[in-house]
Amino acid sequence: MAIGWYLVVSALIFCTGAAGVLTRRNPLVILLCLELMLNAGNLALIAFSRMWGSEDGQVFALIVMVVAACEVVIGLGLIVAIYRRRLPIDVDELSELQG
Amino acid sequence: MSAVLFFIAAIGALGGAIAVVTLRNPFYAVLALVTHLVMLAALFLLLHAEFVAAAQVIVYAGAVMVLYVFVVAYVGEVEELAGGSALRILGPLMALALATVLCIAMLGSGLAGIKTKGAHYVLGFGTPRHIGTLLLTKYLFPFELASILLLAAAVGAVMLARRRRGLEPDEEILRRIRVPRPAYTGTMAEAAGERTGEAVPQLQNGGPRPVASGAAAPDEGGW
Repeated sequence: MAIGWYLVVSALIFCTGAAGVLTRRNPLVILLCLELMLNAGNLALIAFSRMWGSEDGQVFALIVMVVAACEVVIGLGLIVAIYRRRLPIDVDELSELQG
Repeated sequence: MSAVLFFIAAIGALGGAIAVVTLRNPFYAVLALVTHLVMLAALFLLLHAEFVAAAQVIVYAGAVMVLYVFVVAYVGEVEELAGGSALRILGPLMALALATVLCIAMLGSGLAGIKTKGAHYVLGFGTPRHIGTLLLTKYLFPFELASILLLAAAVGAVMLARRRRGLEPDEEILRRIRVPRPAYTGTMAEAAGERTGEAVPQLQNGGPRPVASGAAAPDEGGW
């Protein structure tokens, strides 16, 4: 398969994740959608690494995976802290910072 | 053969992604993300990225998803209400517009490389040996930075999720020491100097049960 096909799949997954981040209200699902977006980026990086025939893109993808794991750990820690303080787990309700 | 595998994996990955976004139950969304990640690993294998595919399955679909499942089980199923702000309607439209723009940019791009099947495959491309060599020579600084980031994230997660005395009232402890018991029987509440609601008379005394009051009986003179 041509590299362009992989890039199209990556773009579609990225947009699906973006739609999820914009529409869902549960922070857990928003984190899952962020994972989707990061994975779409990984797929594009690896497709480009195949296109150039060098492994640099794969190293970038590994680093992105590390960053994604850190983000997940912090995000889930925040959700657990929200739950412990008995606040609603809903991004529309958590609006004290006016974000 | 590779085209068939590509379409199976691509449709699986896209279907998993759409399921993550649309499923109401967070637990099912996590399971959909696991299938999405496995299908994505198959795509990585088709691109000759064997090590990244293995790391994806082991680290992502294994470890990180287990963390998700634990948190979903801890928090419980949250009722998510539909509707709300205008972003609910505008979000999918914006995503659709973004997808259109990206597809136009990629399919109409002048890059010669993306029309080909990629560079000539050399034996050993994408193996742990090559990746490890790159990580420890050319990309040593990002590698060390990533390890510091992991350490900071681990410490931060422990700080965020630990049980704090000052933040939440110690309801659990109060509930435990406020069990109604006869006075002067060496309860933990007496040891803590707390006598409220303790004056429950024993049943063999007869007499009416007093209404549990916040004030201590006058003859309970303290220590």
